Amino acid sequence: MTQTVMKIEDLHLSFPVSRSLLDMVQRKPGKSVNALNGVTLELLQGETLGVVGESGCGKSTLARCIVRLYPPTSGQIHFDDQDIFDEKARKDRTYNRRVQMMFQDPYSSLNPRMTTGDILTEALRVHEMRPEAEIASRVAELLELVRLPQDAAEKLPHEFSGGQRQRIAIARALAVEPEVLIADELVSALDVSVQAQVVNLLLELQERLHLTILFVAHDLRLVRHVSNRVAVIYLGRIVEIGDSETLFSSPSHPYSQALLSAAPSLDPDDKGAAIQLEGELPSPLNVPPGCPFHVRCRHVTAQCRTVIPELRALEGRGEVACHHSEEINQYA
Amino acid sequence: MTDHPILEVENLCTTFSRGGTALPAVRDVSFALGKGQVQGLVGESGSGKSVTLRSILGLARHYGEVNGSVRWQGQELTTMSEWQLRKIRGREIAMIFQEPMTSLNPLLTVGTQLTETLKAHTDLGRRARRDRAIEMLDHVGIPAASSRLGEYPHQFSGGMRQRVMIAIALAASPKLLLADEPTTALDVTIQAQILDLILKLADEMSMGVVLVTHDLGVVAQTCDTVSVMYAGRVVEQGDVRQVLQTPRHPYTEGLIRSVPQDVPPRTQLYSVPGTPPSLFSLPEGCAFAPRCQAASEACGSARPTLQDIAPGRQTACFHPMPATQEDAA
Repeated sequence: MTQTVMKIEDLHLSFPVSRSLLDMVQRKPGKSVNALNGVTLELLQGETLGVVGESGCGKSTLARCIVRLYPPTSGQIHFDDQDIFDEKARKDRTYNRRVQMMFQDPYSSLNPRMTTGDILTEALRVHEMRPEAEIASRVAELLELVRLPQDAAEKLPHEFSGGQRQRIAIARALAVEPEVLIADELVSALDVSVQAQVVNLLLELQERLHLTILFVAHDLRLVRHVSNRVAVIYLGRIVEIGDSETLFSSPSHPYSQALLSAAPSLDPDDKGAAIQLEGELPSPLNVPPGCPFHVRCRHVTAQCRTVIPELRALEGRGEVACHHSEEINQYA
Repeated sequence: MTDHPILEVENLCTTFSRGGTALPAVRDVSFALGKGQVQGLVGESGSGKSVTLRSILGLARHYGEVNGSVRWQGQELTTMSEWQLRKIRGREIAMIFQEPMTSLNPLLTVGTQLTETLKAHTDLGRRARRDRAIEMLDHVGIPAASSRLGEYPHQFSGGMRQRVMIAIALAASPKLLLADEPTTALDVTIQAQILDLILKLADEMSMGVVLVTHDLGVVAQTCDTVSVMYAGRVVEQGDVRQVLQTPRHPYTEGLIRSVPQDVPPRTQLYSVPGTPPSLFSLPEGCAFAPRCQAASEACGSARPTLQDIAPGRQTACFHPMPATQEDAA
């Protein structure tokens, strides 16, 4: 059985919204954006866990929480049996080394005034990965690893294309020999043909370096391709999680069903199979009571409007947070 | 296709100049569009698809040089005066842009922006304009349309803003809609709704659509014909089914194969080596030659022109991919 590397328990995070003067005069209560509403997740050794959902569903917030960029309102993240938000653990920088994040926008995530060599050297120095004398050779090694030419070390980020910049970001993350990589929309900003190159590189490096990857993306085809398991997030809650192939070929939650069928197929004859979702994602300022999906769901009942469904295991499938998944899937 | 084409684009070239050097953004793009047809322009960023669209409506000529011919129902648009063009823009040809966040005026209510089009292009009275505006918002699926007329763009979500854009574009019942990546900024579930809406309206109003996108899935689901662009030129065009199922140009093939669909999970994806060339330093021969596996010496020195390879099907390649049995069907 594979080992659990990271355990996320009932993670909540809400951002307070600044109150306007009028609100204060009228003594309205302060509002808050509920970005995460109880996420429970386990990351297994060596797997790729895909996280999908619409924009604003909290998938990037989750990624940022994991690398301690945001402290959660409540809930815990355990890594190696230690709570990472614990007073003592916060001072311990080794966590930052072992869990590395790669960001979406290759144009703003690299310092424009540092050469690639400087960027990689900085990472190596801060974490004291190599003695000073060996740093140059390690930089060369890293460039080789992500297949950038050796003269790249002297160049500034603006001299590279988007795909090459994401390679630099990967090299920077790998410089500190992490165990877990958090890829937040790593290839979303890239063109299709370049996207494939970066994904191939990531898959190959994972194999070679035994990395565990949390792959956050909104491109469903891509997530299906790279992931072992997939979690579908809706309004800060996991609505379905399970083995990637099972989930994609026969999704159980009505939201996953609609989300997956919305991805346009490459086959022009494959029309009309899509389940159309009505309406849009409700604002996280104002999450509906009961099942957060009930306002858009076709199978809604009175129970859905009041009771929040818990994530529960379905036989032969993953875990689903829906009151009626048995009935729904019977007809499907 | 017995119908006479409503839009004919012939040898369209758009050149920008940057610091004294000429940038060939669009070169020799030709296509024709019949009534009620949906034509796709697909390519990676910088391939010239958006500039082509802007050149059709005379938007590119303010900052670039446009040559060639764009005939709209027999009228030549490229030489038309700005004054004459204004009568066509919005009334006969409408355009929707990629960014629903920035293409609406944040200081005017949605109602004002909608009725503005009607004021310019129809002779409806004030009341009739308001009714038409409500009808349009209703038509594009905005609930409680009459109460939302007085709201500002920031009060709408991204999907709703794109609907407002579509409502504005379609308010004067144009015969051609130019859509520049209308769903790129939206989520897949909303994308499906918006594309459905565009197709439904195109069908109802027998309106032609030119759709620019980089998503081959969107092309497959919406377009009748498609042109694949690379470095400012069309490398392949034809019926969408034929192009996607039996691509003849190696670039089209590469694009299709790099989409992870029907490939075993967690295997290496097919990828086109290298990156698209910069317009500042286009290769001498075929622009795709440095990345092409089938490239020969001829590709490096001479540029292949767009040739008919089947009825309604063209490709610009010296070594087209073999046609499979279904090509003729």
